[in-house]
Amino acid sequence: MSVLVVIECANGEVKKSSLEAATYGSKVAQQMGTTATAVAIGDISEENLKHLGAQGIKKVLFDNDARLKNFVNLAYVKVIAAAAQKEASKVIILSNTNIGSAIGSRLAVRLGASLATNVVALPEISGNTFKVRRGVYSGKAFADVNLTADVKIIAVKKNTIEVGHETGEATVENFSASLTDADVAVAPKEVIQQTGDILLPEADIVVSGGRGLKGPENWHLVEDLAKALGAATACSKPVADVDWRPHHEHVGQTGITVSPNLYIAIGISGAIQHLAGVNSSKVIVVINKDPEAPFFKAADYGIVGDAFEVVPKLIEAAKQLR
Amino acid sequence: MKILVCISNVPDTTTKITFTPDNKQFNTAGVQFVINPYDEYALTRAIELKEAQGGTVTVLNVGEADTEANIRKALAIGADDAVRINAKPTDAFFVATQIANYAKAENFDLILMGKESVDYNGFQVHGMVAEMLGIPSITPGVKLDVNGNTATVQREIEGGHEIIDAQLPIVVSAQQPMTEPRIPNMRGIMTARTKPLKVVEPTGSETKTEIETFALPPQKTGVKMIAPENAGELITLLRNEAKVI
Repeated sequence: MSVLVVIECANGEVKKSSLEAATYGSKVAQQMGTTATAVAIGDISEENLKHLGAQGIKKVLFDNDARLKNFVNLAYVKVIAAAAQKEASKVIILSNTNIGSAIGSRLAVRLGASLATNVVALPEISGNTFKVRRGVYSGKAFADVNLTADVKIIAVKKNTIEVGHETGEATVENFSASLTDADVAVAPKEVIQQTGDILLPEADIVVSGGRGLKGPENWHLVEDLAKALGAATACSKPVADVDWRPHHEHVGQTGITVSPNLYIAIGISGAIQHLAGVNSSKVIVVINKDPEAPFFKAADYGIVGDAFEVVPKLIEAAKQLR
Repeated sequence: MKILVCISNVPDTTTKITFTPDNKQFNTAGVQFVINPYDEYALTRAIELKEAQGGTVTVLNVGEADTEANIRKALAIGADDAVRINAKPTDAFFVATQIANYAKAENFDLILMGKESVDYNGFQVHGMVAEMLGIPSITPGVKLDVNGNTATVQREIEGGHEIIDAQLPIVVSAQQPMTEPRIPNMRGIMTARTKPLKVVEPTGSETKTEIETFALPPQKTGVKMIAPENAGELITLLRNEAKVI
């Protein structure tokens, strides 16, 4: 009956989003009077998995099948379904990532489960009701949703919970779901890793630029500030549409939704579609030369000024912190 | 190639979201509904593939009669025929069930849809449909090509991209930069009026989730302004007051 947490790994490490999912899962287990078990697949060592004890995980089921180093949707679903069956889990926790969605949607059908994605808080459990709060209308609202099936799958949005730091190690148990060739048939033939930069979906600090920066040749302002703060870079939709920046940096309603601790918007007016993608950020800073820019209404700190004068001062001040 | 594109009817992205006084329902007063933007990418890519390689594009929507204006728009953009499953789209499981039940008898080579709708933001229907049909799903796809019986999809993962070959039939969900959405031209709008739009009654009514109430995010309490000539002070505030750097 343990709560099962699905762990995503990359380059030998547990992803930060999965550390959050593990913490969330162990808190749900406490609410239910049970323990949290993790299932890990892919590129990770047993030693690193033991550290999940810090997030309250008691046991890790580990499938180290070499064919699963990269994400293979059908195989991952099979392994996780087998782990859920072994643990008789009624609650399964995922990260609200592209991989989490690809797993969760299939797993829900296979297990006849309720699935809630984009979940932003711990569940309310009382008697037979199990309710979660999730983001809807692209960040413009929340919905409280009852999960009515016997098995519940929850995909937790980034920054919903602080990563736990308890003492203790998890025990790691080898686990295999007897995969066939058919299970691994649809696998990536090539993986293009984004290297060097801090990844936008995982970043704690995001520096974002808009049309106010006037052209791609001025992006060094965004990049230098990001570098000084250890931040990821992002942009508004118009900037991606005219190819000043790649589409995977586009933050907003039809792009990526981010929820970092700090979001710094430079030369972005704050159209409602952009706000939808960033308004769950903890602290928002807006730098714009137009004092009427709607973004100031959603900001915690603001500077009315020319980015070309203001940002170099910020870079200088940020560098002196180090 | 026989392609199915699933579209959802959603509030225009500029909509200010409000709810009924009891917070039980979305307030549709004065709201303009559009084809879900992610579904438009899927639709346009489907039409491009059809134009290049031959075949048909069918659009499907699970919705009540008021969605027909947007279904006609999809026909005007270039789909050949349309199906409306006559039901309120109550949850992702219900919608996926309707799509899968319709698709089962039709043997589509490719089923496309947006990665999520901009209202419910489930990011679920693509995988559910694929699982119900017992075929692979690749999500979210940012590039899609088909060569004979093989689809090549570039999928976005956190921190990179994967390139995957898969045998048809498959489900692919769409995200930018898959393609640029098309605006219907006058000829498209004229011909859309006479293209077939079939209304089918739903099968079953099972759901797995129920929305109890909606809530709006808390408003910011006020912005602290810093003079541009003292911009460096912002960094101090972010460290000592907000404690985020």
